Amino acid sequence: MFIKQISIFVENKPGRLSAVTKLLAENNFDIRALSVADTKDFGILRIIVNKPDEACEALKKAGWTVSITNVIAIGINDDPGGLSAAVECLYAANISVEYMYAFISKSDDKAYVILRVDNNDRAAEALAENNFRILRSSEVYDV
Amino acid sequence: MERYRNKEIECMSREDMKKLQDERLVAQVKHVYANVPYYKKLMDEKGVTPDDIRSTADLYKLPFLSKADLREAYPYGLLAKPLSDCVRIQSTSGTTGKRVVAFYTQHDIDLWEDCCARAITAAGGTKDDVCQVCYGYGLFTGGPGLNGGSHKVGCLTLPMSSGNTERQIQFMIDLQSTILCCTPSYAAYIGETLHEMGYTTDDIKLKAGIFGAEPWTEEMRREIEKSLGIKAYDIYGLTETSGPGVAFECSEQTGMHINEDHFIAEIIDPDTGEVLPEGSKGELVFTSITKEAFPLLRYRTRDICVLTREKCSCGRTLVKMSKPLGRSDDMLIIRGVNVFPSQIETVLIEQGYAPNYQIEVDRVNNSDTLDINVEMSDDKFSDMVKDIQQKERDLAAAIKTMLGISPKVHLVPPKTIARSEGKAVRVIDKRKLQ
Repeated sequence: MFIKQISIFVENKPGRLSAVTKLLAENNFDIRALSVADTKDFGILRIIVNKPDEACEALKKAGWTVSITNVIAIGINDDPGGLSAAVECLYAANISVEYMYAFISKSDDKAYVILRVDNNDRAAEALAENNFRILRSSEVYDV
Repeated sequence: MERYRNKEIECMSREDMKKLQDERLVAQVKHVYANVPYYKKLMDEKGVTPDDIRSTADLYKLPFLSKADLREAYPYGLLAKPLSDCVRIQSTSGTTGKRVVAFYTQHDIDLWEDCCARAITAAGGTKDDVCQVCYGYGLFTGGPGLNGGSHKVGCLTLPMSSGNTERQIQFMIDLQSTILCCTPSYAAYIGETLHEMGYTTDDIKLKAGIFGAEPWTEEMRREIEKSLGIKAYDIYGLTETSGPGVAFECSEQTGMHINEDHFIAEIIDPDTGEVLPEGSKGELVFTSITKEAFPLLRYRTRDICVLTREKCSCGRTLVKMSKPLGRSDDMLIIRGVNVFPSQIETVLIEQGYAPNYQIEVDRVNNSDTLDINVEMSDDKFSDMVKDIQQKERDLAAAIKTMLGISPKVHLVPPKTIARSEGKAVRVIDKRKLQ
């Protein structure tokens, strides 16, 4: 049910991000979604790829500091208010969203939202109860 | 007009001073040999007996003492008097593993304070002055040393200790302080704060400052002199030899006169230990010839400097030492605190980090900054910015506990810290002090 997200620690310097994307491209990993959090000193690149375990190994082998985090992906209607309802549902269940990012699916009109929350199980429960569609990992990895 | 605390000593002919040093050295070596088994053993190993030391010309025969000896002998191993005769201890920055504890008899305190009194007098201090001491009080020798010296001169003494700068300035204005004693960086900060508070040098009565315990430049001296409207004097010392007042500056401001009636100074080659001729740059070594409780013979200060006996316009004949030009070990002095990179390494290991780090020291607006880059490891990494920043803060707090000063910690990706010839460059000191 949960999606494996790879996080990579990158220096906030020119060329660091491209070094990661180049490595992934050379090894034929497909990036499904990504987001970057950055500070003055460092950035955290978060990516969803088609083969997370292999990609993680390849990055580690190349000397990158990486971690895998389970995140939730939901499909919502690509309309005004679609995202708001999902966030409200989590808020009502007293779950805090650490960060999130979204991408548009190619197969349907849905927007896919990646949610990093403080409690995956409770978040999944709350979302399911409110009839949000939680994506299976295969749906995300093989978009 | 130049003022002296003890003109006879301070302007003594070289010949008479040498005679005085000879007598005192011979007696001191006997005292140490008889009362300090640790040093007796070093002398025995070198095949030297007190009888071999007949004058200062024989000084080179004596073994050196270093900080490592002080650590090994901690706490009582170099004590030369019964504890019942001691009245005080002082200690270095108090950092784990590098702590040095020095003992004083009342006589030792009197001599130390007298040395500080010479410094205050050379800076123009008299019993009509108001002396504001903003060195730290406590184990650190700065506060107690200058406080005692100020009493000996008869100044009205303001034992402020450091910190609470606005209050310092309020006292300075209300009580019309004329002499300021603190670290040069704190003096610069006081100057800045004074102007920020809307005052000018017309609002204060300061005329002189005695600044030491950390390296500073001529440029900084001029800045402090301008912002506080004073003449700024340098002072030198270390806990191992007593504290501040081992050497002090006169009106000529071209180096510090060493109180040679209490300390014999030598310059050695830090690699070979060979004594170098006058005027050579090398490591400064001190022999205490009057201290009773903690008399270190040939103590290696690790400070690199130059000694000169060129005639001084102040009239003093005491040998002059240059400002320390560097260190012969890896110790850094940051905000007046002694910092060894190994201490930072210890904290990193304790906190579960690999000891891959780089220390960057700089001076911004006359205040030292300490930045430490530490390489991140997989198990410390998190996908959340706030977690990483929390880890940086935790590490900074642990380092502060060890060093006594706050660093800024930056976690960086592995292998991003510059290495030269395979070895990481541990320290980048960007302060331009020379």
